[in-house]
Amino acid sequence: MSPLLFYAIAFTLGCYAVACVMVLVRLLRGPRAQDRVFALDLLYFQAMLVVLVTGILHGSDRYFEVALLIALFGFVSSAGMAKFILRGEVIE
Amino acid sequence: MNAVPFWVEAVVALLLVASGLFVVIAALGFLRLPGFFLRMHPPALTYTVGSWCVALAGTLYFSMLEGRLALHPLLIPVFLAITVPVTTLLLARVALFRRRLAGKADTPPPLIAKEGGEERTRP
Repeated sequence: MSPLLFYAIAFTLGCYAVACVMVLVRLLRGPRAQDRVFALDLLYFQAMLVVLVTGILHGSDRYFEVALLIALFGFVSSAGMAKFILRGEVIE
Repeated sequence: MNAVPFWVEAVVALLLVASGLFVVIAALGFLRLPGFFLRMHPPALTYTVGSWCVALAGTLYFSMLEGRLALHPLLIPVFLAITVPVTTLLLARVALFRRRLAGKADTPPPLIAKEGGEERTRP
């Protein structure tokens, strides 16, 4: 791996870290419950991007499956929480 | 394992940096904008541009690294294109429903205001 790609990956991971901190501030501060659920959904997604970029850094395919699982769980949990706020129960 | 040519690494680096910048812009918008409905817009940058850039970079890099066509990273943005609208729509309905419950003055009324003479409370 050339230094160019290595530093690009380091920069990208740094950007993701800054973005995660910003979303975390919104998660802790968010005035209402839907703000927090949306921030959690976005955090899940940024963690998935971090895993994907780490996979490119290590040159390994295994990280892809982890990222797909994180995306799946993020969707299920966000949909479940949104349904809970909307109706008071997840499955009617 | 093949050696990856330099131009491929340059393109991958460019895509990754673009993805990182767009994710930071989206997070900044998510942090700064006032109101939930305004805040729903910037994360779309992360969901579309961010994921597509990373998936294209992964496809290119693993194809060159393994010497075969590796299309599996493209599954993630395709999968997200199905799931993200569901979450976003549900959360928008949540926000609208709770706003109506709170009785804010400038809330748009339900599309079907009355159903058989009975007040419709579902959003």
